[in-house]
Amino acid sequence: MNAPTPPRMPTESGVPDHMAYMHPLLKANYGNWKWHDRPRAGVLHHVAQSGDEVWTVKAGTQRQMDVTTIRNLCAIADEYAGGHVRFTTRSNVEFMVDSADKVDPLIAKLNEEGYPVGGTGNSISMISHTQGWLHCDIPGTDASGVVKSLMDHLYPEFIQEDMPNRVKITTSCCQINCGGQGDIAINIQHTKPPVINHDLVAKQCERPAVIARCPVAAIRPALVNGRPSLEVDEKKCICCGACFPPCPPMQINDPVNSKIAVWVGGKHSSTRSKPTFHKLVAAGLPNNAPRWPEVAEVVNKILAAYKEDGRPWERMGEWIDRIGWPRFFEMTELPFTKYHLDDWRGGRASLNASAQVRL
Amino acid sequence: MTKKMPETPLLDQLESGPWPSFVTGLKRLADSEQNGEYMKSLLGQLEHSYDTRKGYWKGGTAGVIGYGAGVIPRFSEVAESYPESSEFHTLRIIPPAGMHYDTDTLRKMCDIWEKHGSGLIAFHGQSGDIMFQGCTTDNIQPAFDELNELGFDMGGAGAGVRTSMSCVGAARCEQSCFDEARAMRSVINATLDDMHRPSLPYKMKYKFSGCANDCVNATHRSDFAVIGTWKDDIQVDEDAWKEILAERGRKEINDQVINMCPTRALSLNDDDTLEIDNRSCVKCMHCINVLTKALSPGKERGITILIGGKRSLKIGDLMGTVIVPFMKLETDEDFEELVELAENVLEFFADNALEHERTGEMIERIGITNFLEGLGLGVDPNMVNHPRTSSYVRMDGWDDEVAKWNARKADKAVEAAE
Repeated sequence: MNAPTPPRMPTESGVPDHMAYMHPLLKANYGNWKWHDRPRAGVLHHVAQSGDEVWTVKAGTQRQMDVTTIRNLCAIADEYAGGHVRFTTRSNVEFMVDSADKVDPLIAKLNEEGYPVGGTGNSISMISHTQGWLHCDIPGTDASGVVKSLMDHLYPEFIQEDMPNRVKITTSCCQINCGGQGDIAINIQHTKPPVINHDLVAKQCERPAVIARCPVAAIRPALVNGRPSLEVDEKKCICCGACFPPCPPMQINDPVNSKIAVWVGGKHSSTRSKPTFHKLVAAGLPNNAPRWPEVAEVVNKILAAYKEDGRPWERMGEWIDRIGWPRFFEMTELPFTKYHLDDWRGGRASLNASAQVRL
Repeated sequence: MTKKMPETPLLDQLESGPWPSFVTGLKRLADSEQNGEYMKSLLGQLEHSYDTRKGYWKGGTAGVIGYGAGVIPRFSEVAESYPESSEFHTLRIIPPAGMHYDTDTLRKMCDIWEKHGSGLIAFHGQSGDIMFQGCTTDNIQPAFDELNELGFDMGGAGAGVRTSMSCVGAARCEQSCFDEARAMRSVINATLDDMHRPSLPYKMKYKFSGCANDCVNATHRSDFAVIGTWKDDIQVDEDAWKEILAERGRKEINDQVINMCPTRALSLNDDDTLEIDNRSCVKCMHCINVLTKALSPGKERGITILIGGKRSLKIGDLMGTVIVPFMKLETDEDFEELVELAENVLEFFADNALEHERTGEMIERIGITNFLEGLGLGVDPNMVNHPRTSSYVRMDGWDDEVAKWNARKADKAVEAAE
């Protein structure tokens, strides 16, 4: 009798060795770089202690790439950049070349193939990107489409370095905010409590876990039409949607009432000022697929004010720290409402506990 | 019978404009021989989402033999209208540290995914995985087997250790203060069991940035952030400094460098030399970013470790905060020490966090003092913006704590003397 073939067990190899895939010039000078500059937008020039030099050309991508696009990038890398690329955390692709002469032909080829070259220094780089309607199980909006629409608008600022400092924009299709902190963050903000399908709750949801998930303890067990279910105290509910992932019958997404909010001044680096969270500036914008024009309008206003008034090296939040929030709302013509006051726990620390006012 | 290309009037609007269009790529796949039927159906569902402004994927269970995570299962809620793409799972695959690729490898990935999946790949997801997006339940195993044979392993998902990220760092950046990729590989490859067979209270993310510029957003986007720093003086290339000062002028240097130092550690002397109060410098990187040729990090480099960053769910946003102000990371022993600390934090988290609670939230609940004591880490003034302002604390252990502080100070003095 033949024994059944045992299934193939995975090779638990973990994180692959970067050295095996790295451009040879980077490998040769690993840990021994001396300085860098940016000869033009989209190009970095690094000089090693050894005297070796490498030019990096950075191009924007659509992140969700079909195999034809990837093979095309590979063909460009083979012809112009020694057969190596790397990707940045914001889904830009980088090609490395070993002489200044090779930069312009590479840029020309990338532009010809429809890839914008830029995203370096004080430009607006690619928007950090979530999954949205294409793949997420809880999305309030799309991700790729919002990003595509906005990057079409922001394209001129991607290919030049003309902002006071770098601008990092993020999008998120629910309030979990996978896109992360940003100089500008564009996030779904639900405005109505979940709509519960009581027939399905007992079957699909682990009720104690759902109750525990609520940040404001607004969910409680209930018997509805003779079935065990859950109910929401709608006066307490903050419409965050935290109950929806563990309990899909508590539908939070709403084509009309899931709105888009814009936040500014988030910063990850400890450079100059300490890292900061982004702050609410606009909300109630419609989830207007496929181009989200109302969002672009608000983003444009904010960027125009920052570009005009920000000083060199000031990030969005640092610029506002200098000019103050009254001036920010004046310059951007955005309304300031009671919703801008933070009444979440610890929110008092965001109030102005001083006699320093800007009049 | 070949399926017709679906009408996509809304998505079609995302094909115009200068930015590369993902819709054009999706359509190309829908038009292909290999993935056409699958992707026509997917395009149809996506257009339906655009039309109704709702998502139609639900989770479920799918995976590969030997692992308990890494596949994101997606089943369509509107499968009766879009049957061919009713299963559209994602494989999260760990990229090489620093996201370096040769084209041969990328092409092989394309071939595998064209054969077993949809032909759609995202470089990369927000956690740092290569996202092989879209395959049927039956094709998960063969796709993974081939990727695994190619030298790639499954990434993290759910309540486990997640795929990590490190900045480009030592590979191409003079500001790199440690070997980011080695540190990342050391820590992640030591905790793979908790990535592939996850049973933690919730996710655990490690991230590695070579300096305070924090290009992989470790401070806020990881539970355990390793950030490069240095202990000695900023290195000044006097010739480059003179050149830059002459070129840009005193006003610009004052406005953009000297006056932007957050701790007022810089001063332009009357003889045009740069004075640096290195004891006040907080290694923020600003002056070095502006004057890349004249200034660089010191020679005695190492890392700062921050713990507890996360986004809003459930108690609100938290930044990571310092638990190790400085640690060298050069020798094999140094790397072992980092891995041990990473494992200890993971173990403490596994033992003490409540279900669905992140490390930062656990610390918020139990207090930073308990966390530090649990890990056997000594306190340090670099851990605080300022000492406590609340007098509501029981302090009858004061003398013992003073003795500990004095003992640590004495140890450090001995270390420094050696």
